[in-house]
Amino acid sequence: MLSADLVIATAIAYVGLLFVLAYLGDRRARANKKIWLNSSTVYTLSISVYCTSWTFYGAVGNAARSGLEFLTIYLGPTLVFVGWYFLLRRLVRISHLYRITSVADLLSSRFGKSSRLGVLVTCIAVVGIAPYIALQLKAVTSSIQAVAGTSEFGRGSLEGIDDVGLAFGVAAGMALFTILFGTRHVDAKEQHHGVVAAIAFEAVVKLAALVAVGVFVVYIGGGFEGIFSRAADLGIDFASSTTFDARWITTLVLSIAAIVCLPRQFQVTVVENSNENHLRVAGWAFPAYMLLMSIFILPIAIYGLSVMPANSNPDMFALTLPLNAGQNGLALFAFIGGFSSATSMIILESIALSIMVSNHIIMPLVLRFTPSSQGDGQGMSKMLLVARRFSIVLILSLGFSYFLFTRDSDALAPIGLISFTAIAQFFPALLAAIFWRDASLKAVTTAVTVGFILWAWTCFLPSLDSLSPAIAALLVEGPWGISWLRPQAMFGLEGWDPLAHAAFWSLSVNVLILTLGSLLTTPSALERIQATAFVDVFRRRGMPQRNFVRGSATANDLFFVAERVLGEKRAGALFESAARESGVEPAVLDPTPEFIGRLERELAGSIGAASAHVMLSKVVAGGDVSLEEMMQMADEAQQVIEYTQQLEKTSTELRLTAKKLEDANAQLRELDSQKDEFLSQVSHEVRTPMTSIRSFSEILLDSDDLAPAQRRRFVSTIHQESLRLTKLLDEILDLSALERGERSWQNVPVDAEEALDRALLVCDALLRQKGMSVEVGERAHVTMVEGDADRLCQVFINIISNAVKYNDADEPRMWVSSTVRGGSYIVEVSDNGPGISKRDRKLIFEKFWRGVEGSGDQGGAGLGLAISRQIVARMNGSLELVQGAAPGACFRIRLPIVGKRN
Amino acid sequence: MSVDVLIAEDELSILDSLDFILRRAGWNIESVTNGEDALDRVRQTRPRVVVLDVMLPRLSGFDVLKQLRADPATRTLPILILTARGRQQDRRIAEELGADAFVTKPYSNAEVVRAVAQLLGEDAGSA
Repeated sequence: MLSADLVIATAIAYVGLLFVLAYLGDRRARANKKIWLNSSTVYTLSISVYCTSWTFYGAVGNAARSGLEFLTIYLGPTLVFVGWYFLLRRLVRISHLYRITSVADLLSSRFGKSSRLGVLVTCIAVVGIAPYIALQLKAVTSSIQAVAGTSEFGRGSLEGIDDVGLAFGVAAGMALFTILFGTRHVDAKEQHHGVVAAIAFEAVVKLAALVAVGVFVVYIGGGFEGIFSRAADLGIDFASSTTFDARWITTLVLSIAAIVCLPRQFQVTVVENSNENHLRVAGWAFPAYMLLMSIFILPIAIYGLSVMPANSNPDMFALTLPLNAGQNGLALFAFIGGFSSATSMIILESIALSIMVSNHIIMPLVLRFTPSSQGDGQGMSKMLLVARRFSIVLILSLGFSYFLFTRDSDALAPIGLISFTAIAQFFPALLAAIFWRDASLKAVTTAVTVGFILWAWTCFLPSLDSLSPAIAALLVEGPWGISWLRPQAMFGLEGWDPLAHAAFWSLSVNVLILTLGSLLTTPSALERIQATAFVDVFRRRGMPQRNFVRGSATANDLFFVAERVLGEKRAGALFESAARESGVEPAVLDPTPEFIGRLERELAGSIGAASAHVMLSKVVAGGDVSLEEMMQMADEAQQVIEYTQQLEKTSTELRLTAKKLEDANAQLRELDSQKDEFLSQVSHEVRTPMTSIRSFSEILLDSDDLAPAQRRRFVSTIHQESLRLTKLLDEILDLSALERGERSWQNVPVDAEEALDRALLVCDALLRQKGMSVEVGERAHVTMVEGDADRLCQVFINIISNAVKYNDADEPRMWVSSTVRGGSYIVEVSDNGPGISKRDRKLIFEKFWRGVEGSGDQGGAGLGLAISRQIVARMNGSLELVQGAAPGACFRIRLPIVGKRN
Repeated sequence: MSVDVLIAEDELSILDSLDFILRRAGWNIESVTNGEDALDRVRQTRPRVVVLDVMLPRLSGFDVLKQLRADPATRTLPILILTARGRQQDRRIAEELGADAFVTKPYSNAEVVRAVAQLLGEDAGSA
């Protein structure tokens, strides 16, 4: 038990400390001594603002009520951070490049710089986050009550102040603190070094506090073993199969969406990121932080369940356990830890939301009601700050209102999940924004709107059931008694966990509309430009953003606008640096489209992309140009760009086609000349026997006085030449079929040795005629190969007869051998003839090639080797000329053996 | 006995028929079956006309023609080119190289006899 005064004094002192830290951080940042502020450690710690009092108190309660389910809330973010390379890196790169300030800005900027989408997203975020803020207020309020004992012991200086009053005090304090903290000036990229420093410090405090309580609990609980044996004694089964149900998947999906889309997470992870490489560290360090944070949650919950009275609030175990054990110091530390986790969330969330509200709602309104650029020069910057302060108050008021409406509910975690479900409605749009070029504004707007309405109906409304009996009745009966519209049983989907039910309907309808809508609608030109810029962010680095055409704007006009938003000092610095780069005085700076683009990005950093675009368009195009007209201009420009790109594409295609045609033409010409050559050779081969036939038949026709022997000789020549002609035509057809890959035979196992013997026998007469001796060397025995016996024999005859025909040695000789080696049957036929000259080695397998020494009537048409090679190839073998064989030629036939391996 | 016609042809059956029809026309015939022999025999026997096939082994008919035209002794020797390839460009090459007559296979016997007679300065079919 602690006195309420002490508790409150400690809290205020702690806030003071934070304030000092933030102040120092800002001062260092402004002095450009940002070394430690820019470290990946501070970055990672600031991301741990994800762990709020929901973690500190709520997760313990959640574990006590639902077992391991609380872990899914950390599993989702772990997945996202471990996979930082895929999603976060892209988000950070895009946001840096286009000076994105929030989720609303990201979506608005991506979908054609739509201000309406920005407003929509902002409104949903503000409403959707209210329960989450309420959760923090509730946690802080409960923790003060728990530690100061008002609720259980009814005394102390808090007497007379109920929880509403206390919560109001907390909310007001938080609002004041956040305003002091976060809105002292408008920063270029909305980076808040001081706040980030304070948040990082809070991350350490809350972790240390929870670990301290955890270690204490494990110590007095008899170690982890002791704790878990208590669980067994109590009959608690934390890993039961019912834990892993639809709800488990739902919370996993929701937490994945939340770690990216929650305004404060987007702020610390994406906007405040100063170096992409920090993601690399955060990728493992943040999951590690969450692991440390959650490791003691289960022990605290189990121990709490076993020693605390049955009616005590499990959310407060982290406080009540030390108090119960009389460890007041530890309890106070735990209180500061919980307080810390709540304050860091509230501060950052409201800063992030206030940026969205001021950039997307207040600024556009201000711009609309100050039509000319002649306004209060100083005012814009100041007005932005006022707008943000107002937003902070609004956000905390909403949170407080929600707290008021739902204060009867006691658990913390379910409240947080209501916010998660609302924020998750942005997730499909966000993914589409950075990965899907075809996603369109209309589809995204409709999808997010419908998703939000479904959330409000199925998730938000039921949480207010204690507010009015009408709501409770609605839940049971449905509106106007329509039962299939009951918020927790839409379209007859009954018996589901309410959260899973709400998430299922809102997200699946959201995704469905987004997908179908995008496929059915055509995005505007500006959307297409932005789609390309976002989706292809890694492909086209530094691609110039859509710029304005050079209008009537002078550097003075632009400076005036810049000054209104950025303040005199920063606007001056920007213009001076631009002037320096182009080597002129700032006064005569030429407002090139590039410079205007740069200015737009700078302004976007302060007031969002859509507002910056509208604002500059007013100045650049000479005042009275409406947004629609600007869009139209952009559309036209884009059409020209697209047309040019199309032309480029077309001309590239034409070039490629021309090249292809050229190649094809060359190939055709080559084929054509090959065909000519072939025809000419065929013609020669046909004309030769035809000549004899014609000549002799003429002789026979016009000579009656021929001697019978002579007549007989002439007729026999005619006959022979006719046969030669027939054979030639057969060979041509055979070769042509073989070259097409056809085969006039079946490959069956045949004995190659037998074919070789037969060939030698057939050639015997020829050999003897030439007086040629054959030396048969080593012979393989019966060897089966796949093929056709006659065709194989034909090949052998061709090779052997070539060796005979072209051999002009005095003592013509030939060697024939066959072996089996390495799974192949190999026949070698060599001779002591003239051999094949180097030049001819490549040609001998060509059609119509004949040995130079061949005398007319011996050879065929010179197709033999070409045919043989094709035949062997169709038997899966090879026919080749052995290199370097001396003195004559050596041919080798190689055929795979059937049925034998090696 | 002087040689009237030297035939250079590697296809033996064609050579056989040419020999027969030209001999029957009353001329003295000598024959060779390759380009190198053709050159040798022209120089040795000084035939009055050469019937030269294009596709000859060792030295093609065109090469023989080229060499004969390059030699002053045979520059004006009447030469008849025989070819089986039947391409227009063969005829053009033959003309450029200085052939006096050109006959495509398969030919009619009368065509060859007439051409040779013309080159010999005799009337066709005078035999």
